[in-house]
Amino acid sequence: MGCAMNRIFDIIVVGGGHAGCEAAAVAARMGVSTALVSFTRDSIGAMSCNPAIGGLGKGHLVREVDAFDGLIGRAADAAAIHYRMLNLSKGTAVQGPRVQADRKLYKAAIHRMLDGQDNLTIVEGEVASLVMTESRVSGIVMADGSTIEAQAVILATGTFLNGKLFRGEERLEGGRTGEAASVSLGQQIRDAGLPIARLKTGTPPRIDGRTIDWAALPEQPSDDDGWTMSPLSKGRMVAQTFCAVSRTNAGTHEIIRGSLDRSPLFSGAIDAQGPRYCPSIEDKIHRFADRDSHQVFLEPEGLDTHLVYPNGISTSLPADVQIAFVRSMDGLEKAEIIVPGYAVEYDHIDPRALDRSLKVRDLEGLYCAGQINGTTGYEEAAAQGLIAGIGAASLVQGKDAPALDRGTSYMAVMIDDLVLQGVTEPYRMLTARAEYRLRLRADNASTRLTPIALALGCVAGERADWFGDRQRARDDIFKILESVYSSEDLVKLGINVRRDGTKQSLFQWLRFPNITIASLEDLETCLKTGDADLMAEIEEDARYAPYLERQESELRDLRANEQIGLGNDMDYAVIAGLSNEMVERLTTARPDTLAAASRIRGITPAALAAILVHARRRDSRNIAA
Amino acid sequence: MLSADDTIFALSSGQPPAAIGILRISGPRAGQALEALTGNLPKPRVAGLHNITNMVNGELLDSALCLWFPGPNSATGEDLAEIHCHGGRAVIRAIEAALEQIDGLRRAEPGEFTRRAFTHGKMDLAEAEGLSDLLFAETELQRKAAVRNAGGGLSRKIDDWQQQILALSARVEAELDFSDEDDVAPEQVAEIHNSVRPLVDEMGNLLERPRAEKLRDGIRVVLGGPPNSGKSTLLNALVEREAAIVSDIAGTTRDVIEVPIALGGIPFLFIDTAGVRDSGAETIEQIGIDRARQQFSAADIILWLGEEGQGPAQGNLIEISSRCDHPDHQPKASAAFTLSPVSGRGMDALVDHLIIRAKDILPDADQVSVNARQAGLLSTARDALSAVIDETDYLIVAEHLRMARKALDEITGKASTEDMLDGLFGKFCIGK
Repeated sequence: MGCAMNRIFDIIVVGGGHAGCEAAAVAARMGVSTALVSFTRDSIGAMSCNPAIGGLGKGHLVREVDAFDGLIGRAADAAAIHYRMLNLSKGTAVQGPRVQADRKLYKAAIHRMLDGQDNLTIVEGEVASLVMTESRVSGIVMADGSTIEAQAVILATGTFLNGKLFRGEERLEGGRTGEAASVSLGQQIRDAGLPIARLKTGTPPRIDGRTIDWAALPEQPSDDDGWTMSPLSKGRMVAQTFCAVSRTNAGTHEIIRGSLDRSPLFSGAIDAQGPRYCPSIEDKIHRFADRDSHQVFLEPEGLDTHLVYPNGISTSLPADVQIAFVRSMDGLEKAEIIVPGYAVEYDHIDPRALDRSLKVRDLEGLYCAGQINGTTGYEEAAAQGLIAGIGAASLVQGKDAPALDRGTSYMAVMIDDLVLQGVTEPYRMLTARAEYRLRLRADNASTRLTPIALALGCVAGERADWFGDRQRARDDIFKILESVYSSEDLVKLGINVRRDGTKQSLFQWLRFPNITIASLEDLETCLKTGDADLMAEIEEDARYAPYLERQESELRDLRANEQIGLGNDMDYAVIAGLSNEMVERLTTARPDTLAAASRIRGITPAALAAILVHARRRDSRNIAA
Repeated sequence: MLSADDTIFALSSGQPPAAIGILRISGPRAGQALEALTGNLPKPRVAGLHNITNMVNGELLDSALCLWFPGPNSATGEDLAEIHCHGGRAVIRAIEAALEQIDGLRRAEPGEFTRRAFTHGKMDLAEAEGLSDLLFAETELQRKAAVRNAGGGLSRKIDDWQQQILALSARVEAELDFSDEDDVAPEQVAEIHNSVRPLVDEMGNLLERPRAEKLRDGIRVVLGGPPNSGKSTLLNALVEREAAIVSDIAGTTRDVIEVPIALGGIPFLFIDTAGVRDSGAETIEQIGIDRARQQFSAADIILWLGEEGQGPAQGNLIEISSRCDHPDHQPKASAAFTLSPVSGRGMDALVDHLIIRAKDILPDADQVSVNARQAGLLSTARDALSAVIDETDYLIVAEHLRMARKALDEITGKASTEDMLDGLFGKFCIGK
């Protein structure tokens, strides 16, 4: 194959991280010819930061991507060496499935799935630039001079845009340690007038596990009840390990406080905004001076590596300070650092320049997904990759991408937040962001989304079969739960309810926290045969049913306002009564509907009424003309 | 069909006759209309005396103070003209008729000026509602309370609650999203319950206060008693005494006469159940009694002119011994007032007493009060917070707090999830 030969695909995905892999894979699953371009084949599917996948809010995203037959859930299970369901003591709506994944196994699982995927070609090489006119992107130019043409290009380049590393007084160019930053591509995006801002993030030092005194530290074992990230995975696939927990102490804080002047965060070298919720240890100690200790999870990075990731002490202090404060903690007195921590400052695109399919609004054929949009985390990246891949493939196939809204998925909550609010810090998913989280549970992601995925055509046979069986089982159980029983019937089973003669369906009885499906099995023996996960999901549906019903009317309002289109070309400056600040925010975010406009910060009902009136007038003029 | 593009006009002062009448014109043709009446457009925001002439026949209608406010810097946010003319009915009618002849102008619907001000971002919802009460305010007391709400007294109160609930939400969300990772100290749900209690009480207190509409609609005084017990005579006597400030008498239903009267600057609505029992037919009689009962139960004060002890058993009933100068007069043993509407005997004492009673019933003009819409939302918020008190499932606590925030947001129309996240991250050390 000649190096200058031109190739043609429907879609090119640039970058083989979590966003890129999901984008390429879903486009290919939809039957669109897709190229996944990565600097090296080996770097595809790398877990570049911490070795964990999932967590609160993030676990929801993993399950949702999985419900579209995505990769991340199954790859996480294939590589998981430690499972932990966070928030187990609280309702399932806020329970967060989280695993520690072996890096090598994870990457191998991703490669296995990509290699077995039809319509997907992996292209190794460096992307020099985009093939771009003023209004359209139609391919890429590789560093070797060859071009690849496509109808859509998805940029999933992570932090590679003008990344700069900071460690104490040291400065390095590049995204991650040992990788080159794509400066030329970044320059081209800047030149195209895309709004660019800067963010920072950080990593902790990596510790040699052989130098940790594990015996001195409390252990956190892997959950033993066999739950998995993806319902298609079959239990534990590899040996399980354990994490340990250490803590910072007064001595640690003293060392850090005494060295703050050597941190680029405090010397002013980094002025980009870091995350509120994932601050560096020096930030935590500076901002929350009243706390005398912070927990540090020691997470093994894999089965055949000694690297340990100390979750909770991300830092950009000089290496000598890092070793000193690490050794001040219990169990780490003799710890050796293999790779010191560092902070990264990087460019990202203001996601308000994107539409809800993550396409650049003013540029046909260009999509952006993942950290490039100002988010943090594998899960956020994977979900964006999925959405961008679906958007681009739908464009190629000439169909509408499915409409997801804040009432159906965390993915839509994230996209909506990004394209309307933009980011002021790396965006991380939280359950608190989802107003309708009682219905958006990690345990019902398949029920919520797989039907949409099936209609879209991005679900392979194995999941389609599994889901079909599950839906039938679900329908059967719901039918049984329609049977009406009285309080007396329940008392006879030994269930503690008021004997007031109330008669209601079993589904309604399940609203009481002390009633479970298992406790009703003697009334309806068919309930005995059901799958445990499905039963748990239905119990939770019943538990929160009154709240879900109340939310319905809210969602109806929301969806009605989603029907009122504002269009891409609304001139907010001419609408009387809007403040300059409102005009600026609206013009930047360009909400596509009235509902979207209502979610932009600082937009009052009076402003909304004015926008509505303006839109109505404009529409009636357009009809008249 | 009404259009927001129309130019609207209306008499925005009280019903004529009065010392002056203020006509307001708002919309794209307001300037043109003013020019048509005065011959030229006055300088913006400068009051000047102008001759108002009928542009069809050149007849001089009045000499009036005219004001011109080009939009958006006007009360409605649109071009706005004001004509302060003499307050006689004929003058006002003549100017209104002249305005009606101008192409593109029409009479405003009730509340339309306020709605336009709201639409053009001149006020938030709570302010808009305060203003609508202000526009209705006919008495000094009403005006004070309305100014208080329009100036944001209610908004401030609700802002304060919102801040407190946001802080609670932040604590609960921290518990939900972060406690498992030891970023925040575990929250005791009982502490959340304790923090909610005072809010529930405060909201309850505001809800128990008389509604803002009471100021607008007046104290409901129902005159009760059989036909010919002197109800109409008493009503007429009250009306005549205050004839200068009585509005038009309007029968709101076939059976009930409602008369708004201001006594001592306080708005009253006198309701005469006259006619209730005037019909002989048994079934109609029954309907009449039912209606009277409804009136009694909605009354703030009942003046009972019937036989002693035969009135509805309500604490707000005042026994009246009326027509004391009538030859058939049977004095009541324990009448609070003995009256002769004809001679005026006892009337001053009754009026004084009504004013004193009314002051207890009306919201204090210096206090924040809520109207019915606001009360509905406020009780939704209060109920949601009450539900928090026995709840131990944090998810449900969070959902109730969210519903409370949403209801309060609807009163003022502000805030978002982001505000709550700000509260969350400002207070806690979170993260790995």
